[in-house]
Amino acid sequence: MLFNFDEYYNKLTEDGEVILAYQGTITADGINGALEAVEAKLDGIGIDPKVKKKVYNVLVEGLQNLYHHVDELPQDFDPKFAHKFGVVVVRKKEDSIKITLGNFINVKKTAYLKDKIDKINSLSEDELKDMYKFILNHQKLSTKGGGGLGLLDMARKSGNKLEYSFYEYKTEFNFFSLEITINYV
Amino acid sequence: MEPLIIEGTAKTPTVNFNASEGLIEIKGRSIPENSIEFYKPLVDWLEEYSKSPAPHTTVNIQLEYFNTSSSKCILDVFKKLEAIYKNKNDVKINWYYEEDDEDMLEAGEDYESIIRVPFNMIEIVD
Repeated sequence: MLFNFDEYYNKLTEDGEVILAYQGTITADGINGALEAVEAKLDGIGIDPKVKKKVYNVLVEGLQNLYHHVDELPQDFDPKFAHKFGVVVVRKKEDSIKITLGNFINVKKTAYLKDKIDKINSLSEDELKDMYKFILNHQKLSTKGGGGLGLLDMARKSGNKLEYSFYEYKTEFNFFSLEITINYV
Repeated sequence: MEPLIIEGTAKTPTVNFNASEGLIEIKGRSIPENSIEFYKPLVDWLEEYSKSPAPHTTVNIQLEYFNTSSSKCILDVFKKLEAIYKNKNDVKINWYYEEDDEDMLEAGEDYESIIRVPFNMIEIVD
C-alpha cells in the first residue's frame, strides 16, 4: 500500500502531548522559530534541565540535517507538498520526549541512509564515541557545513537506537521518517 | 595584534581573543547551520597569534550548546592552540560545563583525547 501522508501525520500528532508539530518547507528561519518555541515550551512544563538539553541538542541536529539534506521535489511531484518539504513533531510522553523528523528522499539514497543508520544502531556506547571522534578528527566539513556527524550525535545524546521507516510513495521517492526518543532521567 | 571581539547571538557564541593578555575565550551557543563562515576569522586570528604568542595563553571555552557542524571548527581552533603548545609555549585550556551536564563534559573529554594539550574540566555550579 502506498504511503498516506495525512494518516502518518495525524497518527503522530495524536500520540502524547504535542510540543511542536510542523509540516512544510524547511527554512533557516523556520528552524530558528521551531527551536525557540520548543525551548520556551520545555521551560514551561518543568522538564529536567538535563533532558531539556538533550532534546534541544537532538532537535538542532535533526532540523539542520533536514535543512541540509532534504531533497528538492520535482515540479510535478504533488501540489500538496512544498518544494523542500519536511515534518517535525516533538511530543511529550509519559516516560520520554519523542522527536520525529520526516522528509521525502530519492530512492537512490535510501540504501545508503539505511545502512548508515543500521551501522549506528549496531554500535555500543563506547563504539559510538570512538566513531564520533574518528570522524571528527579525519573528515572534512562539506561546503554546506555538514560533518556527517548528525545521526551519530543524535544516537549518542539520546542513548537510544534511532528508529526509522522508509515508506514507498512514488517511483522516485520514499518518505523517510526518523524518530529519536529521549528518556526522562 | 588587534583583539578579536564578536558579540554573541542566539546561534553563535561570544568571542574574545586578546593577544596582549594571552586570552582566548569562546562562550555561549554555537549552533549555526554553516559554522565555517563563523569560525574562519577565529582560526585565521589564531594562525597569526601563533607566530608570536604571549608566554602564557589561557583558553576559556564555555559553551551551552554546540552542533556537530561547529564541533569540527572547534577542533580546528584547538589544533592551532596545540601548535602553539608544541612550540614550547604555555597553553592552558579550561573547558567549562554546567552542573550535571555530562554530555558537555564528555565533549570536552573527546577533544582532550585528540588534542595533546592539558585540559581543565571545570563544572559551573549555580
